[in-house]
Amino acid sequence: MSVQHELSIPSDLSEARRIQCLVEEALQQWGYSEHDIFAVKLALEEALVNAMKHGNQMDPDKKVHIRFAVNDRQFEIHIADEGPGFNPDEVPDPTDPENLERPCGRGLLLMRGFMTHVEYTPPGNAVRMVKVRDGAAPSP
Amino acid sequence: MAGETTRRRRLEVEDIGDIAVVNFVDKKILDEQNIQLIGDDLFRLVDELGRRKLLLNFGNVEFMSSAALGKLITLHRKLQAVQGKLVLCNIAKDILEVFKITKLDRILTIVPDEQAGLQAF
Repeated sequence: MSVQHELSIPSDLSEARRIQCLVEEALQQWGYSEHDIFAVKLALEEALVNAMKHGNQMDPDKKVHIRFAVNDRQFEIHIADEGPGFNPDEVPDPTDPENLERPCGRGLLLMRGFMTHVEYTPPGNAVRMVKVRDGAAPSP
Repeated sequence: MAGETTRRRRLEVEDIGDIAVVNFVDKKILDEQNIQLIGDDLFRLVDELGRRKLLLNFGNVEFMSSAALGKLITLHRKLQAVQGKLVLCNIAKDILEVFKITKLDRILTIVPDEQAGLQAF
């Protein structure tokens, strides 16, 4: 059994904080480790900031649509913005020596680093992220 | 009210010899506006107050997103340009992972604690 949530929020960073609290509470209720909770919160922060800032250009009329589910094995979230989307393969690798000192462009890398699975849906304005709980095998 | 928010103290700076030891007041370093102000305060230490050795103590910091990394890189570059040095210490394990994944641990000097930080200059 898993708990599912579905909601739409305006492009407002204080709303992103509210979603983080909601997700954190859900993970705590299922007994996820502090390490897992940190990982999910960080990936969520990066994904929501990307959706609001780069996707919706902070347009207050555009929303971010969020759907997440959590159970004892894994956390899964789907985040979609109302922007035109982007091609994640075209984002320069921030770990390349020539990019290492660039001041931005690390959000996607951190999402991939902290989550078990990150997948963008064409045209690139929706992302699905999965975090398999510490010590649990991924669901089929 | 907004003015109070922007003037709020975000850094605690203690001088130990010629090293400026900087502690962050906030537990969470998030939000572009907040990060901008933290960055401004850090840059002021170098540009206006002439500090050349900065030790950033992350002991109080529980959460930090990628938006803060850009400021640290800019600070590192500023100090390099004036033959100064930036050292980071006391970083929680999860946040250290942020530096490792982004490979910034290769360009920034990161040490376990403040004592080691003071000796890293």
